[in-house]
Amino acid sequence: MVENIKFSNKYNFAFIDESTKKEIRRKLLKAVAIPGHQVPYSSPEMPISRGWGTGGLHITLALIGRSDVFKIIDQGSDASVNACNLREFVNAMTGCETTFDTSKATLVQTRHRITEEELNENQIIVFQVPLPEPLRMVERYEYKTLQMHAEADYSKMWVSLYEAYVRYGAIMQGSGYPVMVNGRYIMSPSPIPRWDTPNLHQAKTLFLFGAGREKRLYAVPPYTDVEPLEFEDVNFEIEDFSKSACYKTGFKKAFLDELYADDGSQKYVISDSNFLDKIDSEEETHQYTNKYIDQLEAYDVERG
Amino acid sequence: MTWKEDNWLLRVRNLTKIYGDPGENTLALTGPAFNTNQCPDTDSIVACADISFDLYPGEVLGIVGESGSGKSTVVKMLYFDLEKTGGAAWLKPYNDGCINILEESNQRKRYIRNNLMGMVYQNPRDGLNFGFSSGGNIAEKLIMAGNMHVGNIRGRAYDLLEKTEVPVQRMDDRPGTFSGGMQQRVQISKAIANNPPLLFLDEVTTGLDVSVQARVLDLIRELQNMLGIAMIVVSHDLSVIRMLTDRTIVMKNGRIVESGLTDQILQDPQHAYSQLLVSSLL
Repeated sequence: MVENIKFSNKYNFAFIDESTKKEIRRKLLKAVAIPGHQVPYSSPEMPISRGWGTGGLHITLALIGRSDVFKIIDQGSDASVNACNLREFVNAMTGCETTFDTSKATLVQTRHRITEEELNENQIIVFQVPLPEPLRMVERYEYKTLQMHAEADYSKMWVSLYEAYVRYGAIMQGSGYPVMVNGRYIMSPSPIPRWDTPNLHQAKTLFLFGAGREKRLYAVPPYTDVEPLEFEDVNFEIEDFSKSACYKTGFKKAFLDELYADDGSQKYVISDSNFLDKIDSEEETHQYTNKYIDQLEAYDVERG
Repeated sequence: MTWKEDNWLLRVRNLTKIYGDPGENTLALTGPAFNTNQCPDTDSIVACADISFDLYPGEVLGIVGESGSGKSTVVKMLYFDLEKTGGAAWLKPYNDGCINILEESNQRKRYIRNNLMGMVYQNPRDGLNFGFSSGGNIAEKLIMAGNMHVGNIRGRAYDLLEKTEVPVQRMDDRPGTFSGGMQQRVQISKAIANNPPLLFLDEVTTGLDVSVQARVLDLIRELQNMLGIAMIVVSHDLSVIRMLTDRTIVMKNGRIVESGLTDQILQDPQHAYSQLLVSSLL
């Protein structure tokens, strides 16, 4: 990567050539026009392997402008290997300012989380998606899933939720919980935890999803209905962290990572590293609110 | 049950299925008169041609014929498993029978299949998803008809399995762990889950041993008495036809050669092929 900085002036701005960027942007417009619908795209070669965030990177590089402020997180953390490498790459190829601060960023790329801090109308968040097809777990043939989406025939998906409930007494899907977008398409919201899923609903931000290996783009435009699939009597639930708290800050009302010590004991820490810093230094932040958090009344947002 | 002319439930006219490209004389050169389904000019296969009949509410119609006579093709086209080549069908409960259901979009066809029809195949693997539990299979039908309450779905599945004499404590087991007769009964439960007015039975007892056959036939007859469901029973077995049906169509080489009341056909067959069929009955 260091060598690439030396030769960066030999690459086009943001690495991808302009006509390919144009193609990706056109496909993104189509994705925004049909919320939740997967749009095939070219998925050009990148200097990282497929499966390491190429889909997200394609979108980021197709959209980024010289004045953008870029933030990238991996499972909530700004400092993990995947995030660091991609941040350096984007910085080397564009010269754009990068930041850890969620509120300062204009373009956020993420792997498997939505930021804990609420994003606004001027921000775009880009997801790296490993498996874009929500129906893959019930239907292995691509031509059949295409037909099921085209005809909105989602009975198999519902039966698999029924089966999960019958077998385990609850719908156990831990991440990538399937959602119904705009009352039409079932979408896999990339493997974000259930905690984040309600934050897609009527959000202020544009959500863009890129799956490089599978060559698919999709989007949730701002202020779009996104409902997790649930039965009338078996409802979607988010993770309940009311019995645990962040060991650094004592904060409970956030998605917590589980840490294991050598002696087998476990403790919890806020998954979103920038949010953790802000809580720790008592900076002002504005979290997402949704009815599922409200339902878990046990939350004590006071520190301690 | 009134037998008025316009009281039909399902009306089928000139239903035709041809594989390959038919020529001008394809229909004229095939059929029972030539004892072949294959057109000598074009080699296209006439699976069935010019099938017309009316089915009345609560009536049980038998379609009998040797293998290759096109009897399964007829019900598979009516259940939208196969695309028709020609012909039309109308179903009374769907838009008051004004729309040819064979020309509808896939979504509408799925609606008709889920809400107004049921199908029991010879092989339970065609009608059931072996990756889901038997309760899940029934749930699929109920969910497709818009039932989104797990408690209600399970209650209904429980009733259906009880009605079809499947041990209800095995509701959450996969059909792969069931015996053939039980699989067939689960398939019947699934087919009637939404109380459809019309049920297709395609060789349901073929491949089951004789005592299980008798129990499945008993069950079908009981359900018919209880629910008053109209049925089209496809079988090569005249004893099944005799036991279940009111009226029978005899098919050979893709054509109807004789139709009438079942008793009449069995007692006094007119067409040479029907006579052969009846005389070969054990």
